[in-house]
Amino acid sequence: MRIVVDFDLCESNAVCMDIAPEVFEVRDDDFLYILDDRPPDELRPKVEEAVRRCPKQAISIAED
Amino acid sequence: MRSIVVVGASLAGLRSAEALRHEGFAGALTVVGDEPHLPYDRPPLSKQVLAGTWDPGRTALAAGGVGGEDLDLEWRLGARAVGLDMAARRVALEDGSSLAFDGLVIATGAEARWLAGSEGRAGIHVLRTLDDCLALRTDLEAGPRRVVVVGAGFIGAEVAATCRGRGLDVTLLEVLPVPLGRVLGEEVGSVYAAMHRDHGVDVRTGVAVAGFEGGDRVERVRLGDGSEVEADVVVIGVGVAPATGWLAGSGLTLDDGVVCDATCLAAPGVVAAGDVARWPNPRFGQVMRVEHWDNAIDQGAHAARRLLDGDGPGTPYQPVPWFWSDQYDRKLSLAGRPGPGDTMTVVQGSLAERRFLALYGRAGRVVGALGMNRPAPVMRYRARIAGGLAWDDALRELEETP
Ligand SMILES: Cc1cc2nc3c(=O)[nH]c(=O)nc-3n(C[C@H](O)[C@H](O)[C@H](O)COP(=O)(O)OP(=O)(O)OC[C@H]3O[C@@H](n4cnc5c(N)ncnc54)[C@H](O)[C@@H]3O)c2cc1C
Ligand code: SF4
Repeated sequence: MRIVVDFDLCESNAVCMDIAPEVFEVRDDDFLYILDDRPPDELRPKVEEAVRRCPKQAISIAED
Repeated sequence: MRSIVVVGASLAGLRSAEALRHEGFAGALTVVGDEPHLPYDRPPLSKQVLAGTWDPGRTALAAGGVGGEDLDLEWRLGARAVGLDMAARRVALEDGSSLAFDGLVIATGAEARWLAGSEGRAGIHVLRTLDDCLALRTDLEAGPRRVVVVGAGFIGAEVAATCRGRGLDVTLLEVLPVPLGRVLGEEVGSVYAAMHRDHGVDVRTGVAVAGFEGGDRVERVRLGDGSEVEADVVVIGVGVAPATGWLAGSGLTLDDGVVCDATCLAAPGVVAAGDVARWPNPRFGQVMRVEHWDNAIDQGAHAARRLLDGDGPGTPYQPVPWFWSDQYDRKLSLAGRPGPGDTMTVVQGSLAERRFLALYGRAGRVVGALGMNRPAPVMRYRARIAGGLAWDDALRELEETP
């Protein structure tokens, strides 16, 4: 599982950070940082929830 | 449970259907919606789609699971539910047919309110559906001399901002002395009013609308004090009403929404979620109905799990609601549930620079965090409000961190 964020769509509202802080962090500069773009499989449910809850539909999961 | 019917083919309905499948429900799953469209996303309707920067097709919500999997749903679109027979366990549709169910998810959302005398005259709009949005957009593309927005709540304020972005003259009418004053308090509401004025909106507060004038098309809005505002286009943004008309006489308790228990159960085998559902949220000790995008997803999934729990006790649904609104270059986000009479204090930035974080407190607890262009701290407080953050602790901690 590889995390892909479309940064043109992302508006840093930090919803993903709330759900999967192991993977996503919005810092004080208001930018989103991906902490781990190949997270372990046990984080999959959290990452899928972040995909679903991202208000901009900016997150996707690539299976490569 | 062999068959489940979901009424309402939008965000809460889709997410509950997805959760039902993820939790292993393998029976027949039918989603009924009165709009002709597959589920789509509403927030862009007052923003990008109305502005004309997004093609309407971009609002489509992937009608499958997150991984793109087929949820094996039977869609009944353009089909309005008109009645619920709890004894026979059937949903009646407008075309005279009916659907039997073992389990029912009510996700009919909310409908925009009109004002007396506003319906049926060309040029007067509400904004709830994609079709509403496209009709309004067509009127805006015709280059009206003035757009009058009635109601400075979030939808009205976003429409005003989007119309200014199109270079149109806008008057924003609000009956309260300060827009959003009841939800966010007068100080923050005043920041909003000032921001719209700075962007050239003619904001008039404390004014009531008395009526609409013109021929087939609206020409003027008459105000309570007898004065008039010229208007080629009027947008009514005075809030929504939960779509419960089809449930009248069903035996379910209806009171500004479908009344549920703390687990989202409205009756045995019947759950409700999204803008239509009212339930006691144990986290806030308060009965609430939440009109937020994020809640429709979260509650849709929770209600699905509750339904599958059958005669089990279920678990209470106790979110800290979260909401955002985009206006001009400002992004507001709000976690929690501030209300009239709460204490409010700005803890980062300042109202004057329009980049700030404010906390709301009630009965010794932090009950809300509001940010203007401060999204990440709002989210951090969302988690801490869920943990029962005390007001004094929050303030002390802020004093200690330079
Ligand atoms: C213009 C606009 C902008 C918004 N912007 C934001 C934002 O920036 N941030 C935010 O947090 N939230 C925003 N929202 C709110 C958010 O979109 C809603 O909270 C969300 O759509 C609620 O989802 P729902 O599925 O509960 O209800 P809805 O989306 O209202 O869906 C209910 C569906 O059920 C259908 N239905 C109703 N009655 C029947 C019936 N009898 N039979 C069959 N079908 C029926 C309706 O036609 C509709 O398709 C916005 C809403 C609008 C309208
Ligand atoms: S939830 Fe979406 S929009 Fe928000 S910060 Fe994460 S990727 Fe960006």
